[in-house]
Amino acid sequence: MTTAAHIRRELDAVTIRFAGDSGDGMQLAGEQFTSATAVAGNDLATLPDFPAEIRAPAGSLPGVSAFQIQFASTDIFTPGDEADVLVCMNPAALKTNLNTVRRGGTIIVNSDAFTETNLKKAGYAVSPLDDESLKEYAIHKVPIETLTIEATKGLEIPSRTAKTCKNFFALGLMYHMYQRPMEETLAFIDAKFLAKTPLIAEANKRVLNAGWNFGDTAELGSGFVVPPARISPGTYRNIRGNDALALGIVAASVRSGLPVFLGAYPITPASDVLHVLSQYKHFGVRTFQAEDEIAGVCAAIGASFGGGLGVTISSGPGIALKTEALGLAHMTELPLLVCNVQRGGPSTGLPTKTEQADLFQAIFGRNGECPIPVIAAATPADAFESVYEAARIAIKYMTPVFFLSDGYIANGSEPWKIPDPDSLPPIDVNFVKTGETVQPYERDPVTLARRWVKPGTPGLEHRIGGLEKADKTGNISYDPDNHDKMTRIRAEKVARIAQEIPPTETAGDPDGDVVVVGWGSTYGSIEAAVRAARLRGVRAAHVHLRYLNPLPSDLESVLRRFRKVLVPEINLGQLSFILRGKYLIDARGFNQVRGQPFKVAALTQAIMNLSEET
Amino acid sequence: MSDHDLPGGHDEPLPKYTKDDFTTDQDVRWCPGCGDYAVLATVQKLMAELPVRREDHVFVSGIGCSSRFPYYMNTYGFHTIHGRATAVASGLKITNPNLHVWIVTGDGDGLSIGGNHLMHLLRRNFDVTVLLFNNRIYGLTKGQYSPTSELGKRTKSTPMGSIDYPLSPLAVALGSGASFVGRSYDVDGKHLSGLIRQAWEHKGTSFIEIYQNCNIFNDGAFTSVTEKASKDAAQLRLEHGKKMLFDGGRKGIAFQEGRPVVITLGVDGTEEDVATHDAFDADISRAFALANVQVPEYPTPMGLLRAVSRPTYESLLHAQIDEAQKKKKADLHALLHGGYTWKVEDH
Ligand SMILES: Cc1ncc(C[n+]2csc(CCOP(=O)(O)OP(=O)(O)O)c2C)c(N)n1
Ligand code: SF4
Ligand SMILES: [Mg+2]
Repeated sequence: MTTAAHIRRELDAVTIRFAGDSGDGMQLAGEQFTSATAVAGNDLATLPDFPAEIRAPAGSLPGVSAFQIQFASTDIFTPGDEADVLVCMNPAALKTNLNTVRRGGTIIVNSDAFTETNLKKAGYAVSPLDDESLKEYAIHKVPIETLTIEATKGLEIPSRTAKTCKNFFALGLMYHMYQRPMEETLAFIDAKFLAKTPLIAEANKRVLNAGWNFGDTAELGSGFVVPPARISPGTYRNIRGNDALALGIVAASVRSGLPVFLGAYPITPASDVLHVLSQYKHFGVRTFQAEDEIAGVCAAIGASFGGGLGVTISSGPGIALKTEALGLAHMTELPLLVCNVQRGGPSTGLPTKTEQADLFQAIFGRNGECPIPVIAAATPADAFESVYEAARIAIKYMTPVFFLSDGYIANGSEPWKIPDPDSLPPIDVNFVKTGETVQPYERDPVTLARRWVKPGTPGLEHRIGGLEKADKTGNISYDPDNHDKMTRIRAEKVARIAQEIPPTETAGDPDGDVVVVGWGSTYGSIEAAVRAARLRGVRAAHVHLRYLNPLPSDLESVLRRFRKVLVPEINLGQLSFILRGKYLIDARGFNQVRGQPFKVAALTQAIMNLSEET
Repeated sequence: MSDHDLPGGHDEPLPKYTKDDFTTDQDVRWCPGCGDYAVLATVQKLMAELPVRREDHVFVSGIGCSSRFPYYMNTYGFHTIHGRATAVASGLKITNPNLHVWIVTGDGDGLSIGGNHLMHLLRRNFDVTVLLFNNRIYGLTKGQYSPTSELGKRTKSTPMGSIDYPLSPLAVALGSGASFVGRSYDVDGKHLSGLIRQAWEHKGTSFIEIYQNCNIFNDGAFTSVTEKASKDAAQLRLEHGKKMLFDGGRKGIAFQEGRPVVITLGVDGTEEDVATHDAFDADISRAFALANVQVPEYPTPMGLLRAVSRPTYESLLHAQIDEAQKKKKADLHALLHGGYTWKVEDH
């Protein structure tokens, strides 16, 4: 007899999805699978998808939490349009996640959870395991809870506790199915449980192994192999966007020699940046959990005034509260890093879902003529480099800078080739020194930045504030010509940041039918879709913008090399509106606001359709 | 990040300052007769006397007539936005604890739009001093009622009289955990200067309510308390360790069942019955009771109500940073390589 272990099919790419109740540990299972997959040398992309409620009633539809990962032997750009395998811990998870599985895909269900009560909670009159409704899928009913309790027999723990280990059973099973190494997870279990609750550590390890062994003996189809991807040499780690963001800020602090001051008020999905940075006190990072978002940004402005690197982070509603203070930072020309980890809006919107609808807010959302540079991260790992760049520009140009991330980048992860800190661009800080004679609003001729004077420096006492300034002296001025002049100078200073922007890169054809212009976390879906469209004969290219204000000086000429311009965004058409307004170019939007990344297939179709228009 | 290059707190000998050294070349834009002038003169004079280098002072304000104050002080200054001076000052003080940070705010700026930040500044206990100019009106916006305006007050926005119950700034401060709370008024330079000096000496957030006359929109709001003829009877001058006597020693405050009661000596009691002011009382109840009394039922308390000692926010934060730095090296390379890493070789 040939067992599954003997015949392994090689696959280029696989998408799997763990789904269960919020209390079932699906995020943990997904993160562990991600680490093991990174170790196996695959390229990967992840999509955690969890509910806004901390604990919706167990077994209910709103309580379902899922984690999707695509991994491949080639470059991968997205967490996958459709899952090849769905691991389903209860009926509610099946109900809410069935539409994420490809027709013909595999569904592994924890059959123990398909009780009458749970079925009722999920709104099933008849168990879907007993009727015909799943006939297009390969269904494997596995009594995961029973097998979990069995695996922990002999350990002195109550069966209720034992049952909580069931996510490790599912994980072990998937490890077997895709032949992932388990060492990392075994070490993780020890690190997390061994010291405090050695019995739980032992139980989890036994259950993980039981899951693996079950895969070995059960007929779950063949095992699969996804060979390592060809990845450029270097040292890698897997990184989430929020972690990359925090590290980028610390790197900017180290390279500039300025202490970080983070003023923030907790808000999903930005809070983790506060949590992570508060662990970096050994880098001199001062985190200040303010009473609200206004206090957070104002304290950061105070820190910058004092000669520190003022940083504030938040998400949509909190960013709205910061608006007035951003005007103050612009007017007083102090460096300030403002990070918006965007979520679904408006108002409280969809707190745990992703969206890109705050671009207008970042570019325009203030009273008066108040341009603020805007920089966006494209992927979780890119958050490191791009936030570092945002900080560099804030300091060099003495201006607040918006840094845009979003929920998908924040919680998603990917392998990151760790850069050598010394290779990061330098950040020069040039405080006015005692004895120098400068006026508070004298400017650098190239950048138009004013000089930075730390309070405490003798002989340079001066006052700044939100009232209009007289040119050079910075004294209050109500003079009409002066206001006109100063408004233009401040705008020109921000416009000159274009001189920092490298030439626009096009991925794909240098000219032709369709150029797809994106920004932010749509990077992966656009790249995959452009590649797919090119394979189908379209002359297309992908331009992904890191700098959204100002735009690159060469952008218009690059776009004009193509017949059509497509702008996919997870909003109702914000960048496309700006490109149309700025360049009088017929930029077409491809827009969805579903709280989810784009599906590559839909985007590819949009490119195909546009290429066929004359 | 080390703090070695933070300016401030120098050891060089202190220059001899005069009031003029703290005066800027900017035209003062307050209305003639405004109480703000008197406060400015008092503060400028006091600055020349304090053993602090001029460049180490920073005046941070919000928005309002009173908040123009920093423009007239020849120190570092930041005229921020309405209600937020407290928040800006917090970040500044954390970033450079060597600086002497002064917050200038108004009854609208500090207690209305900025009420939340004020409360949190006070409980955190940064070593800063808050000067709250209370004129019981919005001056800069030309005369609307404020959170300290009396009930029934007719203003532009309350033509039939205010129906908002006013708050006591001192009670708010005490309730927020302020470690130093006092009151003075614009035209008594000596008293005001003495109280501000005590506040500067206090380690922690000092809160001073300054009665300030707005002669344009709320003239005479405090006349009954401050005018020469009646002030002895209308003010309770609080001094630590002294009896709470007023009206030339004819009257005093006694505490009966925890409540303040006015007694006339020789009529309803003797000096024995009059309470002695303990400004450093660990129990807050008497201070809180005094924060809620005023003319005409009681004399209005003036001076230091209460001061207690508590670690400052910035000292606690920097102690944590020092501790973290002792335990762990700030190595960026190591930080970036944190967690599980793997090598991809050339192929
Ligand atoms: C966000 C915002 N809202 C409103 C105003 C208008 N405004 C300026 S000062 C002020 C009230 C000032 O009152 P107060 O703090 O008592 O200061 P005063 O002028 O009496 O010294 C108001 C409402 C503003 N500048 N900013
Ligand atoms: S309006 Fe009142 S508070 Fe303002 S400057 Fe004039 S007198 Fe002073
Ligand atoms: Mg006022």
